[in-house]
Amino acid sequence: MSPLPSATPTVSTSYSGIAIALHWLIAIAIFGSFALGIYMVDLPLSPQKLKLYSWHKWAGVTIFLFVIVRLGWRLSHRPPELPAGMPAWQNRTAVATHVLLYVLMIAIPLSGWLMSSAKGFQTVWFGLLPLPDLLAKNEDLGKLLAGVHELLNWTMAALVAAHVSAALKHHLMDRDDVLTRMLPFLRHPAPGDMQ
Amino acid sequence: MNWRHKLAFGLLAAALSSAQAIEFNQLQLNKSALSFVSKQMNVPVEGQFKSFRSKLAFDPAKPAAAKAELEIDLASIDAGSKDANDEVASKAWFDTKAFPVAKFVSTSFKSLGGNRYEVAGRMTIKGRTLDLTTPVTLRQEGNSATFEGGLVLKRADYGIGEGMWADFGTVANEVQVKFRLVATAGAATAK
Repeated sequence: MSPLPSATPTVSTSYSGIAIALHWLIAIAIFGSFALGIYMVDLPLSPQKLKLYSWHKWAGVTIFLFVIVRLGWRLSHRPPELPAGMPAWQNRTAVATHVLLYVLMIAIPLSGWLMSSAKGFQTVWFGLLPLPDLLAKNEDLGKLLAGVHELLNWTMAALVAAHVSAALKHHLMDRDDVLTRMLPFLRHPAPGDMQ
Repeated sequence: MNWRHKLAFGLLAAALSSAQAIEFNQLQLNKSALSFVSKQMNVPVEGQFKSFRSKLAFDPAKPAAAKAELEIDLASIDAGSKDANDEVASKAWFDTKAFPVAKFVSTSFKSLGGNRYEVAGRMTIKGRTLDLTTPVTLRQEGNSATFEGGLVLKRADYGIGEGMWADFGTVANEVQVKFRLVATAGAATAK
């Protein structure tokens, strides 16, 4: 088989274990909260619905905190370079997608929090820690923010689809390590190792 | 005395008595408020009733003789959202069609000293009548008196939120009720 793309020794070829753990933890949590959000909104009012809404909000706050940690890690640890030889537009698209995903990971929980306040339902994290209401109750603003929350989520869904497609394309067509270097539980070969 | 004298005397007596005793008996709905805080998944949610009537007779000089009746139109509830308003009108909650009005009738007013009173009475919601007492604070400004107080009602005592809602883990049993009733001394003193 073909050797792995030659890696320059000065640049790390894989993500740190922390970066990989945060990536997948947040990915799974986002998938779950997204699915829960879609499922719960059209339910008729019931105790179950109130519970699901609370769980969704708790998950949102938790994801937000993990994203803050992840952002701190990302800014203080240089990720591996994109494979050499990628067209410039692909490089730019990759960078833009990642920046936008970070922006949305921050903006989506924030929009949910503000929407809750505007709708008059405070967010109480795990039923224990009340988050301050930054907005007073305002029905119209609540509806507007619900629309914003939804739009941001579908934007993120589209970006995640692009992100996943690109990773698969790198793996299956370009046969580089862009996907595998982010997979957990893989032994990441040192530079120069043969597969 | 002829009838003229009798009339004059009567009018004078009436004028004197109304000048001496001030009785707050005209509820000012637009200045009054009846609100509550329920807890859903430990999240406090504010609500209120927008329509209620009160028959009130309160003379600060004779608090023990005071009487209060409050009728609350349950359909006027704002429970925090439109979904919630529709839900609480249903049979499991207030069953507003069958029991449109909640009613409180005082049985005693007790002075606790200063401007504080304890009011006991009977509260009827959804066909169930229970005794309750509530502290009341009076603030008097000229011709107007503000009665303020709060108490905790247990929704299950009145069968509010039955069936799937009976579990207190989602909607707590305790509901914090607050009231502010503003009354003026009306021209026609009820006797």
